[in-house]
Amino acid sequence: MKIVVCIKQVPDTTEVKINPQTGTLIREGVPSIMNPDDKGGLELALQLKDKYNAHVTVITMGLPQAEDILREALAMGVDRAILLTDRKLGGADTLATSNALAGALRNIEHDLIITGRQAIDGDTAQVGPQIAEHLDLPQVSYLESMEYDGNKTFTIRKQTEEGYQILEVDAPCLVTVLAPAFKARYMNVNGIVNAYNREVEVWGADKIDVADEKIGKAGSPTSVAKAFPKSLKPAGEQYEVDAEQAVGIIVSKLKEKFII
Amino acid sequence: MDFNLSKTENLFLQMIREFAEKEVKPLAAEIDEQERFPIETVEKMGKIGLMGIPIPTQYGGAGGTNMMYGMAVEELSRVCGTTGVVLSAHTSLCAAPILENGTEEQKMKYLPKLASGEWIGAFGLTEPNAGTDAAGQQTTAVLDGEEWVLNGSKIFITNGGYAHVYIIIAMTDKSLGTKGISAFIVEKGTPGFSIGKKEMKMGIRGSATTELIFENCRIPKDNLLGKIGGGFGIAMKTLDGGRIGIAAQALGIAQGAMDETVKYTRERKQFGRSISQFQNTQFQMADLETKVQAARLLVRSAHYKKDNGIPYSVDAAMAKLFCAETAMEVTTKAVQFHGGYGYTREYPVERMMRDAKITEIYEGTSEVQRMVIAGKLFKK
Amino acid sequence: MDTTQYKDVYVFCEQREGAVQSVAVELLGKARELADTLNEKVVAILLGKNITDKAQSLIAAGADKVLVVDNDLLKDYTTEPYTQAITQIINEQKPSILMIGATTIGRDLGPRLSARVCTGLTADCTKLEIGENRELLMTRPAFGGNLMATIVCKDHRPQMSTVRPGVMKKMTADNSRQGEIVEYPINFNQEKIARVRLVKTVKEDKGLVDISEAKILVSGGRGMGTKEGFEKLEELAGVLNAQVSSSRACVDAGVIDHSRQVGQTGKTVRPDLYIACGISGAIQHLAGMEESEFIVAINKDKFAPIFNVADVGIVGDANKIIPMLTERLKGMME
Repeated sequence: MKIVVCIKQVPDTTEVKINPQTGTLIREGVPSIMNPDDKGGLELALQLKDKYNAHVTVITMGLPQAEDILREALAMGVDRAILLTDRKLGGADTLATSNALAGALRNIEHDLIITGRQAIDGDTAQVGPQIAEHLDLPQVSYLESMEYDGNKTFTIRKQTEEGYQILEVDAPCLVTVLAPAFKARYMNVNGIVNAYNREVEVWGADKIDVADEKIGKAGSPTSVAKAFPKSLKPAGEQYEVDAEQAVGIIVSKLKEKFII
Repeated sequence: MDFNLSKTENLFLQMIREFAEKEVKPLAAEIDEQERFPIETVEKMGKIGLMGIPIPTQYGGAGGTNMMYGMAVEELSRVCGTTGVVLSAHTSLCAAPILENGTEEQKMKYLPKLASGEWIGAFGLTEPNAGTDAAGQQTTAVLDGEEWVLNGSKIFITNGGYAHVYIIIAMTDKSLGTKGISAFIVEKGTPGFSIGKKEMKMGIRGSATTELIFENCRIPKDNLLGKIGGGFGIAMKTLDGGRIGIAAQALGIAQGAMDETVKYTRERKQFGRSISQFQNTQFQMADLETKVQAARLLVRSAHYKKDNGIPYSVDAAMAKLFCAETAMEVTTKAVQFHGGYGYTREYPVERMMRDAKITEIYEGTSEVQRMVIAGKLFKK
Repeated sequence: MDTTQYKDVYVFCEQREGAVQSVAVELLGKARELADTLNEKVVAILLGKNITDKAQSLIAAGADKVLVVDNDLLKDYTTEPYTQAITQIINEQKPSILMIGATTIGRDLGPRLSARVCTGLTADCTKLEIGENRELLMTRPAFGGNLMATIVCKDHRPQMSTVRPGVMKKMTADNSRQGEIVEYPINFNQEKIARVRLVKTVKEDKGLVDISEAKILVSGGRGMGTKEGFEKLEELAGVLNAQVSSSRACVDAGVIDHSRQVGQTGKTVRPDLYIACGISGAIQHLAGMEESEFIVAINKDKFAPIFNVADVGIVGDANKIIPMLTERLKGMME
């Protein structure tokens, strides 16, 4: 079985802070990490590798420094790593991103493509299903677990709001994975020792066969008209009152905020 | 010497920090409180290669450097001093002497299982009457046909009871003094070898510290480590390496206390502003930060020398002396900065202060380190 | 693309087991507002099996027209038949705007659809309005909610967006509204559909509660720290449809399970409402909850650090106030 996992390098949004004076985003010193859902997807791939001796390729599209997460993936145990990077690919929205990745994936053998459900910097959950569409593959999103019959069929448990669904899907297909369902393994120490001795293939836009008008800024139907900080919280009020009055204050505040 | 970490070392740091934060930190208070050996952590460490960082891959290790091993001990100790010493004793005091002195058969037999964490390692030198003066060994080993017969006892043995492999230092010929001391490999479960009293300690309370008792304990002749009479040298060299491990442990504890104190003094408000804004806090913390960074450079320089085959025993002594005393100073002041809260178990600095103290004592007290350093200084 | 050929505001009205989901009704309310600004129509898309009788309720909720596709293939949601049906509708009807609820279904369908019809999609919008050039301005949080971004889809149609349940306000249902209900025929490509087979759908009580998912948390600390104290919190949580969480002190004391601990060694939460009862607000605790939308703190110590992050701070005994608050809210709900 050949598996390709799409991963993304993202700023650790839990570390992003807003400058309280200017209201702008402070991005300096914010560490870049492998997107958590993608890491869950990588773990699924590595489990399938352990079980079925699958061959696992990771690919990321991004700036040259996205190489870091590919080294991390190598240290976790993947077989092949590809960095898709080109100025032409910059400024892409989800559709243009999915077009570029789909173009690369056409040139990588695959029975199963895995993406994370969504990336923490955008939270859109779009690129996975869009890739599936471009490649004309069946998709299952919100995957919690997966069985493989060793031949052509995956049996997948998909999370829903009320519980779950069981679906059967023919290979090749694309699935999107939830991080909590797959606790990613740590990089292995020996894997780390070797990570920088192994090859990371660097692909430019010339390696994918997608028309220029479908990738990058030109291929993006959406654009950001403006970005602004979330309004900051005003200082709270403190009341030293008796219990009866306190209840009154709380109830009226909750009403004011439409919470009740 | 390059003062920057390599890309590989940075990747390693990323992993070990995450591991420490997610797997080790949540257990730190609990294992301290319950005086419980963190066996589940050892299993997890073994699985990803942390139990054999500087062991070459041909012996099942990760093929990493001593520098990486030191970083691991530091980062683990930053959140849990116990876990740091479990790894340090295992690696520096058991796997390392086998790697450095063992026969090919011994290495093939012991190192893969130690590196995978299936077996834990320990080291037995200290006796009731032979602590700092290691030459006063009373445990004896007598060759009887194809077997060595061990008698005597060891105390304060880290990982005692949980370890499967023990490097035991014993007297093979008392008339030769330190030249009559030899080293042996003793496996758990050998008849005549038993675990004695478990110590109730001030700090690193999750680590098992026990007595080892040998009563006509017979081990194969081949379990001699190194040459007959070479045991004292092995012990001293092993402690040289171990001291960098303990220095890294002390450094980690100090860094952990710094982390907690920076966070606390930022958030804690007194007289209308956070206490980190007071110049007293700032000046004291600046001094401590400087010492912690100096301590780190000593640890890294010692490991750099070890990795590159440069003599390092004085460097190890300096690193341990300085890191241990820095850890004690930082943790004591950390508790002070936390005020009343710092004295409670609600905050980890109380535990860190207790954990720090042992680093001034074991694997050579601070006084012994000064002797080593002065010995070099005044040597002709 | 000639965008002027595209008009009207379309809403994908999700149903599950024949029941129209409330997010669809919320979207119809918003669509009504947008369509009125544009002077265009609101068109609901209703896909399913035996669901035609639900169409009238969509008109009451704001639709001018309902396109119903009634087919066995659409009984339970799977990606492909739903994508085929809506793609055909888009290609034939040329909507200007298409809104989809950001449920697990909508977030699976939306991107697939947008790629098939080759247009932009903006996920999880919190605000939708019409701009100067009649374009749709789609505002959504970015960077983990640290920043807001307004997105436009200038040259492609339809302008697609998903919106999370509970974000838009429903219109009051107006049963006197008149509208058109159209059975819409779709040509399905069976071969593509057959690649995914739904074996079963299971509803389950998820058992372990994930407090980080809760909209409202009633949280207790040392000041509430007994089983009896937490029973009071449970009662309040019951009335507010909330979950109970805790500071570390009560977890250590064995009063409540670790899975409900908020803070550095527990979970980070960001609910709409966090009621801190008898929690002093150790730094470790604050780190886990200070991002909550609205924080009410009740504590006897007027200098407790929890008050630094609270929107409403009550200096008093939570043990006394909470039961009274519960009673008052109960009374209001009845």
